Amino acid sequence: MEHFLLQLFIFLIAATIAVPLARTCRLGSVLGYLIAGIVIGPFGLSLIAETEEIMHFTEFGVVMMLFLVGLELKPSLLWQMRTPILGIGGSQVFFSTVLITLIGILFIPWQQALAIGLTLALSSTAIVLQTLREKGLLNTGPGRSIFSVLLFQDLAVIPILAVLPLLAVAGVHGEAHHGAFFDLTALPGYARLLVVLVAIGFIYILGRYISRPLFRRIAATRMREIFVAAALALVIGISLLMIAVGLSPALGAFLAGVVLADSEYRHELESDIEPFKGLLLGIFFISIGASLNFTLIGEQIWLIEGIVLGLVAGKFAVLFLVSVVFKMPKAERWLFGIALCQGGEFAFVLFQFARVNGVLPQPLTETLISAVALSMFIAPLLFLVYERFIGPRISHAALSREHDHIDGHDHSVILAGFGKLGTDLGRFLISAGIKPVILDHNETSVELLRNFGFEVYYGDATRLDLLESAGAAEATLIIICLGEHEPARQLVTLVRKHYPHLKIAVAAEDRRAVYEFMDLGVVTMRRKTFDSALALGQDALQLLGYDRYEAYRLMRLFRKKDEDTLPELYRIFTEDRDSYISMYRQHNHELAELMVKDQQTDMDELDKAWAGGNPHE
Amino acid sequence: MNKILILFAHPAFKRSTINAALRDGIEGEDGITIHDLYGAYPDFFIDVDYEQRLCEAHDIIIFQHPFYWYSTPAILKEWLDLVLEHGWAYGSQGNALAGKYTLQAITAGGDGASYRTGGTNGHTIGELISPYRATASLCGMHWLPPFVVLGVHRGLPGVIVNGHVERYRQAIIALRDGRVNYQEAARHEYLNSNLKAIIREP
Repeated sequence: MEHFLLQLFIFLIAATIAVPLARTCRLGSVLGYLIAGIVIGPFGLSLIAETEEIMHFTEFGVVMMLFLVGLELKPSLLWQMRTPILGIGGSQVFFSTVLITLIGILFIPWQQALAIGLTLALSSTAIVLQTLREKGLLNTGPGRSIFSVLLFQDLAVIPILAVLPLLAVAGVHGEAHHGAFFDLTALPGYARLLVVLVAIGFIYILGRYISRPLFRRIAATRMREIFVAAALALVIGISLLMIAVGLSPALGAFLAGVVLADSEYRHELESDIEPFKGLLLGIFFISIGASLNFTLIGEQIWLIEGIVLGLVAGKFAVLFLVSVVFKMPKAERWLFGIALCQGGEFAFVLFQFARVNGVLPQPLTETLISAVALSMFIAPLLFLVYERFIGPRISHAALSREHDHIDGHDHSVILAGFGKLGTDLGRFLISAGIKPVILDHNETSVELLRNFGFEVYYGDATRLDLLESAGAAEATLIIICLGEHEPARQLVTLVRKHYPHLKIAVAAEDRRAVYEFMDLGVVTMRRKTFDSALALGQDALQLLGYDRYEAYRLMRLFRKKDEDTLPELYRIFTEDRDSYISMYRQHNHELAELMVKDQQTDMDELDKAWAGGNPHE
Repeated sequence: MNKILILFAHPAFKRSTINAALRDGIEGEDGITIHDLYGAYPDFFIDVDYEQRLCEAHDIIIFQHPFYWYSTPAILKEWLDLVLEHGWAYGSQGNALAGKYTLQAITAGGDGASYRTGGTNGHTIGELISPYRATASLCGMHWLPPFVVLGVHRGLPGVIVNGHVERYRQAIIALRDGRVNYQEAARHEYLNSNLKAIIREP
């Protein structure tokens, strides 16, 4: 226990020191973690020894990351992306494999060369996605192409795992490690396929039909930790199921994410899993850093250096070629090539697997693993090179245009609160072609509204992590229509502090609430009942026999005068407050002030309009 | 230096190309106030007091608008109806606008040949905008011929548009700096019929 805590402590401290430092030097968090790993690893301060175990455990961060990625991809969007996934992804894996295998055949038997080719064709989902997200490139044109390739690679792991044992040249060295609860290989082929299909079907049914009533129940308890527990159980359970049927847990988690992407609990799930993912991935990166075997690298410096350079250059060439063939815009090709030219974390698993199955000899795998780790280490550096030297030279028009497009369609508006006011507001916005992300805390109304096709998510809008996953960082505007003043005030404070770029529009409870929002620097706000009051007043005048247009003009003039007096009344309010008058007297004072203003109001203005006059008088 | 007020009226500004380009050409210049009427009063509730103060503070008032039904977009009529009050703009006591200069900057779909007696529109631009001329006269203002961009329905090529933008800018700056020969200008059909003839080089 103590030992475990100490290890954990060392990891956490290393991360908390290295990552902010790396950020300040604009190196990105991934590089920060890797450096932290080297520092605390056996070739640095030797604070930790056994990294393999930790690396295996924290690989689970990759599974969580794919779950989160799935959550952001609706099935319809995934379907739209089928061409880039199969086309771009497929040709990248195929041609990289062919190239690496051909080079390998010059030195080693073709079986080994092919095993290495298949393994090295894969890139690092963890590093690339993390880096793209950090730099805000995930939703750009090249970001999507890169993601398509990564997704195909994740799919490709399954057949690769199936093919590798067939390439064995030597006898099997040990028990093949499946981690399965029962041995599927004992079943005949069709039964195996059936089991796999049943498992995938189960994930679909779970995400589509079982999870929602379950989550609703849990949400109704209003105990956050139970929701977190359920979310974690979901991801871990699916991973176990996938391992049991011999599929990649990352793929299963991704599927579950996609199925749940339409669910109202999507943002809640996202914000609950996110910290775990971040922490696990961080430790995973640290352990990669710590596992770099510098003795081996020192001994075989030229060989490893050659492999790394060859790998990066070869994959880059293939990627660049693929981007040309698929007619990607010129500005995007460099980023596409640079992002995917490293080896990936799957290589650690696959090389291990290949060794155990007698495909690759032990010394060769160690050399290759070091080379892959090194290539992963230089991946963030390559991103830096791109950012500093290549990116600025390419016109950013292509990238930023894509951005705008997404902003327009993807939720650039957050609507917090979907009660009486929020509902009408939401209807109006949707009619104008704006689809806001709606956050509401009432699980029954969320359910109902979703049946009517509103995109409503369950959650407490005053929670920072929920705002984050609703896209506050990229949104343009937040509209606050909460039922009560206090949470609305909290939300405004939160938004002003963490998302200063976000425009705010608030529905204010009353005049006093307006003043408080003015104190907080809000410019756009409306009193909830004011306009209804005036509209009803206008109706009243009509019923009393006023002309419709006259009634309208009177109402409009009153509203204008009321708006004009706002700054003055706000001043009086602040003075009253500063002089500590009792609330009751303050209220009366305000009311009196308001009445006086009303009496002074010059409604004659209307009489002068359209009056005309003799030019000679 | 003259202060220029441009009362800009275009109900679909996002879709306008020529008017937007003309406006962009003078945006941010010293001594020129661009006042977007549809932007300021989306519900036509014009703040008469504010508009009158604005007019008083400027020497030249330009109505810039597309030519709708041989006239202006609706809000400009509303503006005239409400802002030009008896006792302020006209009448024995009304001389707030007296001595100021006024003109229209118009973009129209038809070409020059259509705005002729016997052309498809049957009347010249000058005839069609005579209410503005009469209004100016009643308010004691000096009327100047309009700055006119014709044939916009056919879609003007970029070079031509740029030419108009540049000439509009030259005219406005010259008006501001007092370099326009008003007598000479009054002899032309349009202010931009022959800009060189009416503008003195600085």
